[in-house]
Amino acid sequence: MKDKIKLYLIGFITGIFNGLFGSGGGTVLVPSMTHFLKTEQHKAHATAIAVILPLSIISSLLYVNKGYVDWNLTLKVVIANMIGGYIGSKILNKFTDGTLKLIFGIFMIAAAIRMVFFK
Amino acid sequence: MIIYLISLISGIISGMGIGGGTILIPGLIIFLNVKQQIAQSVNLLIFVPTGIIALYSHIKQGNIEKESLSILIIFGIIGSIIGSFIAIFINSNLLRKLFGIFLFLMGAYEIYCSIISKKNKKNSLCKDETKIP
Repeated sequence: MKDKIKLYLIGFITGIFNGLFGSGGGTVLVPSMTHFLKTEQHKAHATAIAVILPLSIISSLLYVNKGYVDWNLTLKVVIANMIGGYIGSKILNKFTDGTLKLIFGIFMIAAAIRMVFFK
Repeated sequence: MIIYLISLISGIISGMGIGGGTILIPGLIIFLNVKQQIAQSVNLLIFVPTGIIALYSHIKQGNIEKESLSILIIFGIIGSIIGSFIAIFINSNLLRKLFGIFLFLMGAYEIYCSIISKKNKKNSLCKDETKIP
């Protein structure tokens, strides 16, 4: 029963973040599954994709329906993003010491400060 | 050109399991002046083809945790409808600031996990990208 409540909450919070910010669903779901549900890492990652895919489709429909869409921009991003995704999965094992996480963590914080305090 | 560069980098990052949206959304907003909601919709839409391909390979490998899947999806959908409605109806400057706070927390989380992994410690809250296929 307790585990069920955890599942309801984790699912709900993942959905809120993914819908509200258009991202971050996986960042919330994967650590929540491994930490609170004791799911194995690779299973948590695979399951997260199966969960976030329908959530993203529904959120996309709501955004598109309201006119928040730029198809031309989206198409350009899709192509380059998929090529990048392929490269990323191939070089994954070359960066395991956390240096990349550190670099991107610093980048995210810098971008965050800019987005909060500057136009 | 900058669009392709930002997208390529965010794709590489998401392929490595860090979460490409955290790079793509601020990249589009800071360098291309895209409205917050539009940048978010781009990220949601691009996940659909990428997600389908990734999901197909995970199903084939049998990595999906089936017991918890349906509850996570049902409650996730409820959350995503509420979240999307808030995003659609609030002012884009306010949404950008809220996203900034969320991005700050995610950045702090990545830095925390990088320190954990440099010390060769294990922490169940941190993603271990070596195990992600």
